[in-house]
Amino acid sequence: MERAVERDIVHTKELIVNMGPQHPATHGVLRLVLEVEGERIVKCTPYVGYLHRGIEKLSENLPYVSVLPLTDRMDYLASMVNNIGYCVAIEKLLGIQVPERAKFIRTMMAEMSRICSHLVWIATHALDIGAMTVFLYAFRDREVFLDLFEMVTGARLTVSYPRIGGVRCDVNNEFLDKLYNFIDKFPKHVEEYEVLIDRNRVWLRRTRNVGVITAEEAINMGLTGPTLRGSGVYYDVRKFFPYDAYDRVDFEVPLGKNGDVYDRYRCRMLEFRQSARIIKQCIEKLPEGPILAEEALKIRMPTAAVKIDKKDIEVALYIEDKSIEEFVQKYPEVYASVEAPKGELGFYVVCDGTAKPYRLRLRAPSFVHAGALPKLCEGGLVADVIANIGTIDLVLGECDR
Amino acid sequence: MTEFLIRVIITAIIALVYFGILLLHVAYATYFERKVIGHIQMRLGPMVVGPHGLLQPIADMVKLVFKEDVIPSQVDRVIFRIAPLISLVAAMTTFSVIPVNQGWYIGDINVGLLFVLGIAGLGTYGLILAGWSSNSKYAFLGGLRSAAQMISYEVSLGLSIVGVILLAESFNLTEIVQKQQQYWHGMFLIPQFVAYFIFIVAMFAETNRVPFDLPEAESELVAGYFVEYSGMRFGLFYLSEYLAMFCMSALATICFWGGWTIPPVLLKAWPWLGNIPGIVWFLLKVYFHIFLFYWIRGTLPRYRYDQLMLIGWKVLVPLALLNIVVTSIIKYIF
Amino acid sequence: MECKEIINTIKDNFPEQILWITLFRGDCSITIKRDKAKQILKFLKENETLNFDYLIDVTAVDYKDIRQPRFNVVYHLMSVKHRHRIRIKVEVPEEDCWVETVSDLWATANWHERECFDMFGIQFKGHPDLRRILLPEDWEGYPLRKDYPVQSDLGEKEWKPFKEIIESVKE
Repeated sequence: MERAVERDIVHTKELIVNMGPQHPATHGVLRLVLEVEGERIVKCTPYVGYLHRGIEKLSENLPYVSVLPLTDRMDYLASMVNNIGYCVAIEKLLGIQVPERAKFIRTMMAEMSRICSHLVWIATHALDIGAMTVFLYAFRDREVFLDLFEMVTGARLTVSYPRIGGVRCDVNNEFLDKLYNFIDKFPKHVEEYEVLIDRNRVWLRRTRNVGVITAEEAINMGLTGPTLRGSGVYYDVRKFFPYDAYDRVDFEVPLGKNGDVYDRYRCRMLEFRQSARIIKQCIEKLPEGPILAEEALKIRMPTAAVKIDKKDIEVALYIEDKSIEEFVQKYPEVYASVEAPKGELGFYVVCDGTAKPYRLRLRAPSFVHAGALPKLCEGGLVADVIANIGTIDLVLGECDR
Repeated sequence: MTEFLIRVIITAIIALVYFGILLLHVAYATYFERKVIGHIQMRLGPMVVGPHGLLQPIADMVKLVFKEDVIPSQVDRVIFRIAPLISLVAAMTTFSVIPVNQGWYIGDINVGLLFVLGIAGLGTYGLILAGWSSNSKYAFLGGLRSAAQMISYEVSLGLSIVGVILLAESFNLTEIVQKQQQYWHGMFLIPQFVAYFIFIVAMFAETNRVPFDLPEAESELVAGYFVEYSGMRFGLFYLSEYLAMFCMSALATICFWGGWTIPPVLLKAWPWLGNIPGIVWFLLKVYFHIFLFYWIRGTLPRYRYDQLMLIGWKVLVPLALLNIVVTSIIKYIF
Repeated sequence: MECKEIINTIKDNFPEQILWITLFRGDCSITIKRDKAKQILKFLKENETLNFDYLIDVTAVDYKDIRQPRFNVVYHLMSVKHRHRIRIKVEVPEEDCWVETVSDLWATANWHERECFDMFGIQFKGHPDLRRILLPEDWEGYPLRKDYPVQSDLGEKEWKPFKEIIESVKE
């Protein structure tokens, strides 16, 4: 359909282009309606919700343990991190202390997931911009990680490995040896991808000064993760609100300067190396011990009611109403977040004393980033839309939940 | 009268043989591409159909022929059918004046080079008509972009060849090859390296190949102008793209690499090289250029459309003009 | 900054708006009345010592049959400079179901509030484009409310295009 828009002197028509739900470059079912004038985009409207599965509603009717596989399927490329986030939130709610060995294992798995997710990101981002070879190199490396996941958890993609209070089963030496040998060689593989695109003239022209966001705009728009750090804002959940073993390992958080596509690309490439560093330290520092907390065994039964000590909740009232104290102590709530590869993945849990959550809210970074797409794309060219979608690393499973 | 008729029949037979072998080369160029790109990407390419996948092009052709011919209902009936034919005919006609060895051609005309460039320009009509008649926004945008890109780069293509024409003092393709023998290195490549560079870049843009393949990129506009074509009609477009690649490579070989000849310095050093028929040298040089197409496809990302036009007009055309001026000055002095 | 200091700053500026404060596992959560909710949030954003420049999340909880007012709109705020988090809960009754939008303070609230509207039916006054985001535009009903069934034959309330497909299959 074409709409005639009258301009002052010259009569021009704006073309409405629909990058439909099925498109090779939208990484899932995302629909973008672009109003295009020549090559410039005047207005960009994203339509999401094609992958909405109602995880929040479903989780109100499932025991805490059964909600875990649902969270897997949010960001299916880094499912370990989603599980860890959920477990961190419920452990915070119940006050469970995770044993040391489980903490290090979870950190290691989270970083492996981060590398997997970033590998898919570089593969698809480069493929959309035209460099096909990076796609195959990255997936070759990803195969190794998926095989390692299968060795421990039994599943390649949607693992449900972390449990509330620890992990499901232990890792053995064979796994650790294989992982260590591969991680030793991994930075060289990353250099192979960089050789192909990092200082390539065409790549630089396609990504420099494209999709620029300043630091204030980025904070205002709620961006997180490498998308935010590319603009130079230092915010990493692993450093600000540490969980698992992140306060015991040494790593840096790469920051960008200009906030364009190239800077975010560099952030993620450097994150590859930092993740490799963390994994190596975790393997070296892995302590012996149990992998599941004792108290966590209590909530493994589907009918186990969740009891929280009333002494842990402090209430200060400002109005005359005695029932409020009872209400607050009956419905405690927490918010906990983890650093997913895409950004800050947050879980807001309201508990009602039964075996099922009263309300589970999943704060997905891709949802917020998709909301920032209009700001990124408007004023740019049609070809840059592809680069922008790639740079915010959109995964629709997480966006739509 | 009968003599004329006999000449017509002989030329027709030569043309049939020539085009037959050419189409075989083009079909196996697709196989060559998949193998080269596969090996660049650390995989093997086609291996299943026939030994090492050698029967793959035949399988592809059979598949395309047997596919259902889908014609969308809103297209312009006549033009939709004609468009692939225009592309194909233009691509094939250029070969009628290209010599592959001394005396091996279908027709030898005195303005051979101009003829080739002119007919190659007619090929753009096929694209525009395909994009327009498909009555689909994506096809339309892709066709327009493609056409604008090809027109822009034809200017630099033509201008870069002018340097060669100045040195060879002729448009006739056979004479251009023979004139290159006067140098010890036997190629116009060395004196005209700037023109060669411009020709190579413009060659990629003329044939809509990476890094200039935005109009037909899968992830941008879902295959651009031939998105509504299926079956053998799509096969014709595909064929005409590879034919154009061959045509441009052949032109580059003839104008800059000495065609079917061997550089005199090498011939003096190893006289046995002269026993190898010229067609072998010609094919080697053409296949080197084809390999260049595939190598770059496996390595480089693609340019954005405005950057593409910028290069075509603001970089290549001034360079080509400069080359012409410098060549003429040097030729005048010496 | 410590939870207690944040709470004291807010208490000093808006004494009668706070209903109660909860401290649990290091999270501080403040429940406020709806009347000056937006001013309080604006104060939280612009005050120099608090500087909550980052809105993490806007969501809602349905306390049907447990508490009046029925809904609580929950804002999670964070400060990048001072590294502290806070939760603000605004009470919203069912009959008069609206809250003022904060999408002019934080651009991220735009989509979060659309999702809240989509799932709970809470109107956000002043929102530039309040329409459904995850569900189709013509869906009826607000799924995350407690009286919306998880799985059942919705009967008349079933989404029309889905009904048409089921009927055409039955024929």
